[in-house]
Amino acid sequence: MDIYAFVLLAVLAIASALGMILNKNTINSALLLVVNLVSIAGIYLLLQAQFLALIQILVYAGAIMVLFLFVIMLLNVDEEESLMDGFRAKYLLAFLLGVIIFGQILYSLGGVTDMLPEISPKMLTVGTVEAVGDVLYTDYLFAFELTAILLTAAVVGALMVAQYKAKNSEGTE
Amino acid sequence: MIGIDWYLALSAILFTIGLIGVLIRRNAIVIFMCVELMLNAVNLSLLTFSAYHGDIAGQILVFFSLAVAAAEAVVGLAIIIAIFRNNLSVDITKVNLLRW
Repeated sequence: MDIYAFVLLAVLAIASALGMILNKNTINSALLLVVNLVSIAGIYLLLQAQFLALIQILVYAGAIMVLFLFVIMLLNVDEEESLMDGFRAKYLLAFLLGVIIFGQILYSLGGVTDMLPEISPKMLTVGTVEAVGDVLYTDYLFAFELTAILLTAAVVGALMVAQYKAKNSEGTE
Repeated sequence: MIGIDWYLALSAILFTIGLIGVLIRRNAIVIFMCVELMLNAVNLSLLTFSAYHGDIAGQILVFFSLAVAAAEAVVGLAIIIAIFRNNLSVDITKVNLLRW
């Protein structure tokens, strides 16, 4: 049962990722990325990380991708000509580099593959919201507060960068 | 039960697809989405190791990585909007002000 679910989700994730980088329409790319993120959330569930699967769907597939879609529609980049055609040598080089890096990762994986442990039975109690919250609000409280500051700084910074022109014209008058 | 190497192989494949996407696309928004894909692939391998060791620290790390990715997406999209304002394009080959 686990294996069927994993194969289904993995094929879905890889196919949507490939579709994302090969699609000429930016909106289709963004929607395929949503499919990819949701299938990765399903794989998180297989790994007994229920809390993070939920957060993945809420934060990534929900909030971040809505932001992406808003920006794509705001900038209206859809009407540009295809952004992928160019000289072919670049593609070949990129593909070769990708294959080399993939080979390196698989090689380093192959060296340790038989000494890796099985999935731990402790995970059934470790991945729940209760367990994550328990650790997050005690051991990692300081980092958690820092994250709040980081998010505030990001919002303020984004406002400053995106409003650059409006602020400038106001200053000159 | 699925072995740990299958999860890591899936993570490696997704990372490589994201990397190739960053290299071949010229649309800044798609490049940015490919970076998100690579982040996700690394999160997946972190969670895999966390699950197979029965240790929750990996999940906490993924949680913080999600928060940082959200902040990064906000700032990155703001920069893309600013670039679009100046160039009227999100084609990265046309952003050459600092190119030598």
